[in-house]
Amino acid sequence: MTKALAIETRDLSKRFGEVRANDRISMQIASGSVHGIVGENGAGKSTLLKMLFGLYTPDDGEILVDGESIKFADPAAAMAKGVGMVHQHFMLVEPFTVLENIILGAEGSRNLDEAKDAARVVLLELEKKFGFNLPLDEPVENLAVGVRQRAEILKALYKGAETLILDEPTAVLTPQECDQLFALVELLKGQGKTVLFVTHKLHEIMAVTDDVTVIRAGKVVATRKTTETSAEELAELMVGAKVVREVAREKHKEHKLRLALKSVSCTNDQKQTALKAISLEVYDGEVLGIAGVAGNGQTELLEVITGLRDVSAGSIEMSDVIVNAHGVSTDPISLRCMGMAHVAEDRLKTGVVESMSARDNIMLGYQREPDFSKHGILKLKDIAAKADEYFESQDVRPRNPSLPIGSFSGGNQQKIVIAREIARNPQLMVIGQPTRGVDIGAVTKIHDQITELRNAGKALLVVSADLDELLAISDRIAVMCEGEVIGVMPVEEADERTLGLMMAGQRLDQTANAGSV
Amino acid sequence: MAAGVNKLPWWAESILLPVLNLLAAFLVSGLVIWSLGEDPFMALSLLIEGAFGFEEAISYTFYYSTNFIFTGLAVSMAFHAGHFNIGGEGQAMLGGLGLTLAVFLFGDFSPLLSVFMAIIASAAFGALWAFIPAYLQAKRGSHIVITTIMFNFIASALLAYLLVGPMQRPGGQMPESADFPEGSSLMGIHDVLSVVGIPFEEGPMNLSLLIALVCAVGVWFLLWRTRFGFELRTVGQNPNAARFAGVSVPRMTIYALMLSGGLAGMMGLNELMGEQHRLMGNFTLGYGFVGIAVAFMGRNHPVGIVLAAVLFGALYQGGAELAFEMPNITRDLIVMIQGLVILFAGAMEHMFRKPVTKIFERFSAGSAA
Amino acid sequence: MEFLNEIVLLADSTLRIATPLILAGLAGLVAERGGVVDIGLEGKMLAAAFAAAAAAAVTGSPWMGLFAGVGASVALALLHAYVAITQRGNQIVSGMAINIAVAGMAPTLANFWFKKGGQTPLLSGDARFESMTWPFAEELADVPFVGAVYSEIISGHNLITYMAILLVPITAWMLYKTRFGLRLRAVGENPEAVDTAGISVARIRYQAMIIAGILCGLAGTVLSTGLGAGFIRDMSAGKGYLALAAMIFGKWKPVPTLLACLLFGFVDALQGRLQGVELPLIGEIPVQFTIMLPYILTVAILAGFVGKIQAPRASGIPYEKDH
Repeated sequence: MTKALAIETRDLSKRFGEVRANDRISMQIASGSVHGIVGENGAGKSTLLKMLFGLYTPDDGEILVDGESIKFADPAAAMAKGVGMVHQHFMLVEPFTVLENIILGAEGSRNLDEAKDAARVVLLELEKKFGFNLPLDEPVENLAVGVRQRAEILKALYKGAETLILDEPTAVLTPQECDQLFALVELLKGQGKTVLFVTHKLHEIMAVTDDVTVIRAGKVVATRKTTETSAEELAELMVGAKVVREVAREKHKEHKLRLALKSVSCTNDQKQTALKAISLEVYDGEVLGIAGVAGNGQTELLEVITGLRDVSAGSIEMSDVIVNAHGVSTDPISLRCMGMAHVAEDRLKTGVVESMSARDNIMLGYQREPDFSKHGILKLKDIAAKADEYFESQDVRPRNPSLPIGSFSGGNQQKIVIAREIARNPQLMVIGQPTRGVDIGAVTKIHDQITELRNAGKALLVVSADLDELLAISDRIAVMCEGEVIGVMPVEEADERTLGLMMAGQRLDQTANAGSV
Repeated sequence: MAAGVNKLPWWAESILLPVLNLLAAFLVSGLVIWSLGEDPFMALSLLIEGAFGFEEAISYTFYYSTNFIFTGLAVSMAFHAGHFNIGGEGQAMLGGLGLTLAVFLFGDFSPLLSVFMAIIASAAFGALWAFIPAYLQAKRGSHIVITTIMFNFIASALLAYLLVGPMQRPGGQMPESADFPEGSSLMGIHDVLSVVGIPFEEGPMNLSLLIALVCAVGVWFLLWRTRFGFELRTVGQNPNAARFAGVSVPRMTIYALMLSGGLAGMMGLNELMGEQHRLMGNFTLGYGFVGIAVAFMGRNHPVGIVLAAVLFGALYQGGAELAFEMPNITRDLIVMIQGLVILFAGAMEHMFRKPVTKIFERFSAGSAA
Repeated sequence: MEFLNEIVLLADSTLRIATPLILAGLAGLVAERGGVVDIGLEGKMLAAAFAAAAAAAVTGSPWMGLFAGVGASVALALLHAYVAITQRGNQIVSGMAINIAVAGMAPTLANFWFKKGGQTPLLSGDARFESMTWPFAEELADVPFVGAVYSEIISGHNLITYMAILLVPITAWMLYKTRFGLRLRAVGENPEAVDTAGISVARIRYQAMIIAGILCGLAGTVLSTGLGAGFIRDMSAGKGYLALAAMIFGKWKPVPTLLACLLFGFVDALQGRLQGVELPLIGEIPVQFTIMLPYILTVAILAGFVGKIQAPRASGIPYEKDH
């Protein structure tokens, strides 16, 4: 029996310059099903979604909605055909209330009060049907991430979505919030909606989808019924022939305390408490992984350690010297002189100057070192030679350091950054999101480098949103939630489930109990 | 997608596009001239003749260019640190005030010392006038565009007060100071040339042109060859990365804007010490604003700025000659043309980028096939 | 009694001086709420002042002047919109360019048409928006206090001043109570959200600029045909920039912007009154210093109230649809 198709694509293609972001994508999505799309970062998932939602115009191929060939000129056209989308970065106007955000673009009346009153009636109905309970008159900027996501979903439903595209919906959620989302997806399916669930996490695919399409390098490599496949098979399909090569982890032997945080508190840019009395220790020869849902204080943790933010209480000691405490602050340059290196978590925002050449970027943070300048004058020849050396040792491509660093791929940018940071043989490395936006080939190399540094007796602190990554490279893992360290455990005792509960704020002893039930 | 930008060869980027923008501005200006009942081609030839046709004209052209080099460099210095300094007018006025004070303080004592002190004072006063908005921007986040504009008005009123009050020429009626003491001036280029035996007609072009060129080289060296310049540009391109690299963003903002103010302040050297030999109210005549156009036109690079300054100098001088020849054309029209050049060269710099890129792509695809 | 009279006169001229500021301030507010920074208020005002005076001089009708003034200002607003929205050019540079070009163009045209050295001819009473005397104003003038307030402050302004006051609640209503207002505020905060909601960001921003153009046109028109009697060189004299500062001080909200404009108007009125007056202890303040007052006040306000105000988040940033 063939089910009706909610959406079908035939040979859909989109090119950006030389890159084929989508290459003849053909896909069939059954009406009333949950259809998963998996693929690595950069596999072309976002491009595909943007074409389905009318944000990109396909170069070639066609999209069929309910069997009818459609050309979406803009998102309005897609919505008119019942296609709704929840973007990875929420499309919400922060100072607006939930209600105002939902009606934006579909107000009906020109009179805003009338429009709101009319919408409120419809929304209460919808809320009852799908089990929502949103604070309609609260400005979105006051709401938690999970609630904002529900507002986005309600917005799409209000605008008549029959097919709902969820783009990486779990990226910002705790494992427990994820479970709530999965329940909602089931409910939507029960009410006859079609859901397109896009992720790069395989266990999510296995948990919620009926069918799954795997995309690699812009092409569909397979479509499976979820019941007839396994996470292992999907992983292989996603990555292709993956060469797994691991640097042997030597036994952790050195025990010098390199970095100590003692009851550190700080505020964020909005003057709200970001860290609450955090204590952590990092020893030489180990990797301390920091896990947590994004936005639970990890950014501020990196900043207080690397001299970019002052603490409001407590103290930070590096190599037995107080570097950050009330009345004491050490600037990033002095910290570098003390042997700290910092790989910033948001590369383009903080770690590099996008428009400057790779050559200029290799001295960022080290511009006052005698290697790069003397009496305030830049040593251009030496800088160029160093850049060539880094490019060679890290195999950066294209091999041209005079290009703006923004024109390199994410992986190559990260290689340049890591080369810069390890060049002075630092004793402590603070790394944020080591492989964010990095292609799979480079990921292995970066993980290997981290392990090599650890084996060489360096102390490393790594913040990552990717639990698998932390489990692979850490010796111990600390979990953060709402600015606190919920617990620290050796990697041997850690698993995704326990870490997930801790990320949601449950203490170790509680999770142990929960585990025994 | 951001990929695929910047595919143009450097000469198309830095010569072809500015020239196209300039042509567009001239086209619109030509239409205005035509609608005023004058022949635009005639006007153009008169303008070029008036700017370069004889030695005195050349002298005037470079005299005006000198002002634009200073103010253009000033705008670009601030711009490289990520800020708009629209206060060039006020900073130039204060620079003029500073050099006047220096001249009267030291002039009777030693003319040479007074010239030297005047150079320092013009830069220092300009820098100080920029310091207040810079400080407010860096520490309080006050919008520097608005504060620098306000400081232009305040400077203008201050100068007006001084020149009809304490600093007015004794017994004079005009808002101007007494003449500078004998010898406290910058030598005309024609005088310098005659010393080495090259005859050149007398004109207002003076040694400040050389000072301006030295400043241009200095700005280039500072920005692209020193650590300070690297840090300054980093602050302008990405303040977060600057903090990451250990650079204090507020402090660098203040430094950059003070350097900018200093450069603008030195404009008075040319106007007052080179030509007028007295302080006059509103001697800046909008040169500070035109600096924005000069900087953008010159792609914020000192070489480009010098070239753009010569262009604007020619426009000024040629325009003055033109206004003399054509009854319907006034100096105001030249101001309008400047506005159009700023519009096309500064604000609409992307206008021809797309079509030109397309042509280049087609061309390179054709040659590859 | 004389003191009271002073106050009444001061209030009267405050309102008069504040009129163009209020209109231009609202113009800047609508533009920035929609995400376009409009430093070209000054130029638009000047262009409108010239166009209005020229048209009124030729036709003898202030209404033709109004029409021409608003038309000129809207044309410039569309030019700025084209640069800022379509070309995604630098909005500050574009605004400055317009200010400079108009400063040159207006006197050029004035000279070409009227041959009076860059001015328009003096407008006669009929060609201007003259002050309107309200019913019973003269009869009530002698009633203590109430009479003075009614006949001097409330009555006796030109039509555009009354329009300016009325346009404050109208702008507020438009911003907060209409569909357009919701979309306008949204494009100023998060244009991507508006785009994905299926509304054209560019269209809303163009509409905002047209409204800003109309408001600014009124501001210019009142300068040359209401408060003044003809166009003179540089007659906007920095009012566009002051209006922008008032809008920032007013936190991008209509009523606080009105209050900020009245404050600036008051300071200006005060400085007019202070000229040549001997103050106790201080003596006579030189006119140049009283002229500085509004500008110094602006700087002080910007220095003092920052950090507490949040500009529209997308203001000044060109929106790039990533097709």
